[in-house]
Amino acid sequence: MHQFIFGTFPYIALTILLIGSIARFERDPYTWKSSSSQFLRRKQLIWGSVLFHVGVLVIFAGHLFGLLLPIEFYDALGVDHGFKQMLAAVGGGLAGVMALIGGVMLAHRRFADPRIRASSSFADSAIILILIAQLLLGLGTVIISLQHLDGHEMGKLMAWANGIVTFDGAAASHITEAHILFKLHIALGLSIFAIFPFTRLVHMLSAPVRYLWRPGYQIVRTRRKNV
Amino acid sequence: MKVRAQIGMVLNLDKCIGCHTCSVTCKNVWTSRDGVEYAWFNNVETKPGIGYPKDWENQQRWNGGWERTKSGKLQPKQGAKWRILANIFGNPDLPEIDDFYEPFDFDYDHLKSAPEMEAFPTARPRSKITGERMEKIEHGPNWEEILGGEFSKRSKDYNFEGIQKEIYGEYENTFMMYLPRLCEHCLNPTCSASCPSGAIYKREEDGIVLIDQEKCRGWRMCVSGCPYKKIYYNWESGKSEKCTFCYPRIESGLPTVCSETCVGRIRYLGVMLYDQDKIAEAASVEGETDLYDAQLGVFLDPNDPEVIAAARAEGIDEDWIKSAQTSPVWKMAMDWKVAFPLHPEYRTLPMVWYIPPLSPIKNAAEAGKIGIDREMPDVKSLRIPVKYLANMLTAGDEAPVVTALERMLAMRSYMRSKTIEGVVDLEIPKRVGLTALQIEDMYKIMALADYEDRFVVPTAHREEAEDAYDLRGGCGFTDTNGCSTGSSGGKLFGSRKFVVPAEVTK
Repeated sequence: MHQFIFGTFPYIALTILLIGSIARFERDPYTWKSSSSQFLRRKQLIWGSVLFHVGVLVIFAGHLFGLLLPIEFYDALGVDHGFKQMLAAVGGGLAGVMALIGGVMLAHRRFADPRIRASSSFADSAIILILIAQLLLGLGTVIISLQHLDGHEMGKLMAWANGIVTFDGAAASHITEAHILFKLHIALGLSIFAIFPFTRLVHMLSAPVRYLWRPGYQIVRTRRKNV
Repeated sequence: MKVRAQIGMVLNLDKCIGCHTCSVTCKNVWTSRDGVEYAWFNNVETKPGIGYPKDWENQQRWNGGWERTKSGKLQPKQGAKWRILANIFGNPDLPEIDDFYEPFDFDYDHLKSAPEMEAFPTARPRSKITGERMEKIEHGPNWEEILGGEFSKRSKDYNFEGIQKEIYGEYENTFMMYLPRLCEHCLNPTCSASCPSGAIYKREEDGIVLIDQEKCRGWRMCVSGCPYKKIYYNWESGKSEKCTFCYPRIESGLPTVCSETCVGRIRYLGVMLYDQDKIAEAASVEGETDLYDAQLGVFLDPNDPEVIAAARAEGIDEDWIKSAQTSPVWKMAMDWKVAFPLHPEYRTLPMVWYIPPLSPIKNAAEAGKIGIDREMPDVKSLRIPVKYLANMLTAGDEAPVVTALERMLAMRSYMRSKTIEGVVDLEIPKRVGLTALQIEDMYKIMALADYEDRFVVPTAHREEAEDAYDLRGGCGFTDTNGCSTGSSGGKLFGSRKFVVPAEVTK
């Protein structure tokens, strides 16, 4: 079971994420959107959404660099394992609290406001609750992590993540001894990957950063051939 | 010189009777769907009033349109690109649906199904968003119909800028006019400039501004960008929508639905040739009152041989050039100078123009005089203050509006003299800087307004754009997602995909 959840399921989840997103983008681009509900109710949206998104983006970047870069990279930089763990715990903790406050504001709005509730799909309502649960689990692991500051536990998690992305069949064995909160956090995270293409989360793949270096402001399209 | 053609529109407000036929036919065709119940691609407002959505003309509040930076460059008033992206999680300049109105329906069924009771059954309103009972309808798309509501509220109208407005609240001095509004299909649209996804584009061949529904991600910056508040966020689909200028009709050489069904025959459609290279310069001239003139400078004379040659070189077809030469829009905007852009100070170079309305003379005794000595009344004595019209149409510059109103009065006076008294008074056209021939043409186009004179729309040249062989068995116009319903067999791996018109850099 452990091998399935942490050794095989990651590949299943990532495959669904990849193929599902491509299929949706290709087959039904009309449904690819951020689904903003600010227009229906501004109240609580601006604070909630900004806190939530900024928090989640920081956490996302933290996980990306903290988990996926091999430990040797940090050793080469001379970053002490304990220091890295502290940084992750404090930075991630603060961003997590931010995202949690924002997320609760958004969830409250989604369920308590008659307009937003009426125009929410099942996926919209479910995903905000799942993300809040994931934030709570993540913050829980911070508390566990603060109980042993040598960076050893963190090293094992990094070894697991590195193992997965390098197709190491024994990746799951690195975290057999990990605390249950870590395991739950990972399992739920992978599940979020798996449901990603079926929710509004897809809008993050369309983050419009290209806008910054789009030449000029205006866009003109022509129907003439050979232009 | 980079010649482009656009189908422009002129609305003769002097003849608008405020019947809303344009709005209703437009609604039936385009927005009778979930999520856009509140959206009226075409709406008619009674002025003075704050309009729909509330206070839309107040850019201090909504930050729509462009602003000229100190260095003389233009940037959207809501901010440069990085600023727009920074606001993407929560847009501070976005109106709420209540600024338009909460869409509602009535419990019509209750009228049939109510049991026998003491009181007559009524159909009470119900929200289209929540499905819940609405105790009170707070606002609507035409809330100020025929000066409805208190003057204190209506007089928040931005066009009262610089006017001692109190006296216009008095019964004797009150005035009103109608303002039908649709997307302006601007030469320099802020909606497309604000779209982080690049989903909004202007069509090179006819100037129509459209939103690519498959590329729109619902970042909702266009809603704030458009100073006319003519982009509507579909709260059901999560995509923005706007007036399409009925492009399927325009492509076939037919007028838009609003124009076709206008009972007052106030709408005109025609080709305008313009120089794309001059747009940036014209939109960023320093003085706001210079913007109207600057936009006139962007248009190209379709009878000028040099322009014709350049247009041909750009691949503009002969029938389009010909249509430009007989364009009613060109005549009214350029020859007679009776039509004006709506709020040129937004720097979007709008392409739906308006002829200001004449209004009754304030003093009844003066009104009697006109018939006797054929003297034209001073336009300053008209009921609608010239300054008010100028604030709406020329960024406050009264002179062009005065000229236009005088020319319209001259036309009446000349034709009255000609048809009733049988006297052709050549003094009248001279006084307003026109020839008798021009006045008679004005009469033909603006007063008689035959169908062929109002709508000079060349057909699109699809044969140049696509290969008919590829289109056989195709699905024609669809709202979204090509021919797919989302479940049919498909184009996932390999089959031929619908080709979206190519982007060209401007």
